[in-house]
Amino acid sequence: MTDDITTMEAPALPYADAVPGAVVGADEFGIIVNRDKLVEFALYLRNNEGFDYLSSLTAVDYLGFEGRTAEDRFEVVYHLFDTKKGGDGVVLKVRLPEDDPQLPSLIMVYPGADLQEREVYDFYGIRFNGHPRLRRIFLWEGFDGHPMRKDWKEAYYEAEHKPFKSRWPNGHYHWAEDRVPWGDNVKYPQGWDPNAFEPAPPPLPTIHDIPGEEIKTDRVIVNMGPQHPSTHGVFRMIVALDGETVVGLEPECGYLHRNHEKIGERNTWLGNIPFTDRLDYLSSMSNNFGYVLAVEQLMGEKGKPPERAEYLRVIMAELTRIANHMWSIGFLLNDLGAFFTPALYTIQEREMILDLFEEASGSRMMCNYMRFGGVRRDVDEDWLNRCRDLVHNRIPAKIDELDEYLTNNEILLARTKGVGYLSAEDAIALSVCGPMLRASGVPYDLRRSRPYSIYDRFEFDVVTDDGCDVYARYRVRMEEMRQSVRILKQALDDIPEGPVFKGKPGYVTRVAKGEAYGAVEGPKGELGFYVVSDGTDNPWRYHIRAPSYINLNALAPMCIGYKVADSVVILGAIDIVLGETDR
Amino acid sequence: MANDQHIPEELQRNVFMTTVDFLYNWSRKNSMWPMLFGLACCAIEMICTAAGRYDLARFGMEVMRPSPRQCDLMIVSGTVTKKMAPTIVRLYNQMAEPRYVLSMGACATGGGPFKEGYNVVSGIDKYIPVDVYVPGCPPTPEALLYGILKLHEKVENQSVKTVPWYRKETPKGIAVPELGPDIFQPDRAEEIAMFTLRPIPAEES
Ligand code: SF4
Repeated sequence: MTDDITTMEAPALPYADAVPGAVVGADEFGIIVNRDKLVEFALYLRNNEGFDYLSSLTAVDYLGFEGRTAEDRFEVVYHLFDTKKGGDGVVLKVRLPEDDPQLPSLIMVYPGADLQEREVYDFYGIRFNGHPRLRRIFLWEGFDGHPMRKDWKEAYYEAEHKPFKSRWPNGHYHWAEDRVPWGDNVKYPQGWDPNAFEPAPPPLPTIHDIPGEEIKTDRVIVNMGPQHPSTHGVFRMIVALDGETVVGLEPECGYLHRNHEKIGERNTWLGNIPFTDRLDYLSSMSNNFGYVLAVEQLMGEKGKPPERAEYLRVIMAELTRIANHMWSIGFLLNDLGAFFTPALYTIQEREMILDLFEEASGSRMMCNYMRFGGVRRDVDEDWLNRCRDLVHNRIPAKIDELDEYLTNNEILLARTKGVGYLSAEDAIALSVCGPMLRASGVPYDLRRSRPYSIYDRFEFDVVTDDGCDVYARYRVRMEEMRQSVRILKQALDDIPEGPVFKGKPGYVTRVAKGEAYGAVEGPKGELGFYVVSDGTDNPWRYHIRAPSYINLNALAPMCIGYKVADSVVILGAIDIVLGETDR
Repeated sequence: MANDQHIPEELQRNVFMTTVDFLYNWSRKNSMWPMLFGLACCAIEMICTAAGRYDLARFGMEVMRPSPRQCDLMIVSGTVTKKMAPTIVRLYNQMAEPRYVLSMGACATGGGPFKEGYNVVSGIDKYIPVDVYVPGCPPTPEALLYGILKLHEKVENQSVKTVPWYRKETPKGIAVPELGPDIFQPDRAEEIAMFTLRPIPAEES
């Protein structure tokens, strides 16, 4: 919980006199702000209080929530942090009535609000006035309704909460398809005429003029994706080109939008853990980690894992980081044209780690390993020894080998040095996180600035690089693997004996009413989970602050001015995984 | 190779007789190029299958082509969303015959863990015909290899005389679905209109 408890009892509201009329109240979890003064207040917080980083922006629909009326049905929630001092941030909340869900956009204060505001608009239909491109981003123009609203039901809707009773009446399975007239997961509004249907025109990028270009040539719009070998999945970008130079770029997401958040609200708390595996499917262990941390905040003492489990979590999370960076470096080289050969070597190392995961959790990729208050299964001494062998011998040697072949490679240098420049100020303003942010020289790593779990016990360096380009991002990843090895060595030495799970395993988790934001420094950056509980067995709201998605804020600014071939490399260096980008 | 007596003796060691089917299927089976196209988590396991440890090259399949024109096999590796479905159907139409589809994983087969999702298609076979289904979430590389071997078996047993792509009556493509208020197939428009445009009966309103 990011807010100060004392503000609750104190009669004065926090920052009450900063901007007159801005703060209208406060609850245990955040400051309630008047929407008309939101921009001014955010400016004040950014300029005077040092909250320069808008981490997460989301909304909650409180339709039918205890104590809420139509007057304050929607709530837009902002999590702001300080990248210099670190520590807990501040949470702003703006409450909006049902019939007039609009508020000013914060894009001028925090440019990183761009994609997140579009996401909220898409899901909740909340309008952000002043946003220059307030279009749908995950769904398509013309989609019927705003799906995350509590009164919007899917075609296969059965009941508010799982487990659905209708699934096994008298022990027989009923196909969901049989319940809808079309035999498929679709529904159409009354009065819609399919014969008169006209598809919406495709979105076009805003074109930026590059100063110093003398000859004016025709602009060409090129579509890349969703089926393109360089987009790391089903991402699509629409690029405006002047010759070969990128003059405009529009990201288009949603080709893998799998409705994690809507499904997450129907699942039980526990049932969401396997779903987090499928977010960033290259690093399922750290996704588990972030989610259990968030929910454990709401569970009090019961949610505190035993020592051995804490160590196992750190070991798994750091192994994941190595596996992920191995993959991303291999595929960055792919994007550079070194097709598949470097990737073969890095995938080989990842396989070694996956073997350990498979033995510990039963699955190579979808580990589903962590639980509230511990981990699912203990590992034996043999496992630990093999893990030690890996981190002491094999992995460091492989990192050195990669380093030797790649880091000073002429082609790599020529293609990545000075490409995709992103200054430190821009990176912070655009809410960029993870290795991307650190490659712009900002030493912001959640393991240090807001330590969670037992990271305060380990010695490691926060890797930064002042290059601000693709090469720096590559270097940071390389070095982070070495730091992970360092943490792993310490953790494997110190791991104590003992239980790995507190309490008895059960399907239903008792979670107190309230809300929590838990975040981990995942391999891609700050992976946050914002959960709201109404005290029942299912989350009221389950939001994922997805680093790969928010890092895309910087894609257009980084690509403009470079050649189209560079945009492929720049995208590769962001290291997106579509499962997480689109959720 | 039954009628060897028609062949002059000096040629008997140099000429092999076989059926067109055998040769045709043998060559297709051993150089089946998959499309370089991944949808979701299952694609990662597909890439691992192509990498060093599981080595898809053993089956003559390491040449993954990003262009559908050069591919024989589409591995639908992951969740098919409504937004993506029109693209997949279009890619399928662009592939040259003979073409095969392998549905990899629970999602591509039936929606998988995300079946209830409002943007998820309950299996790619709602739109395009599938030859082999591989269960799992994600299927391990071994499972995918087994599925591929099953597909090879299927290819082996086909005959030029009966394969659909040399027949006149075989339709050339599949109608590409469109994204309206929800995804719909244009050839079902009349059916949908009958439902959405009917006057609402008094007892329902
Ligand atoms: S079947 Fe499982 S692993 Fe495969 S795409 Fe679906 S969720 Fe991902």
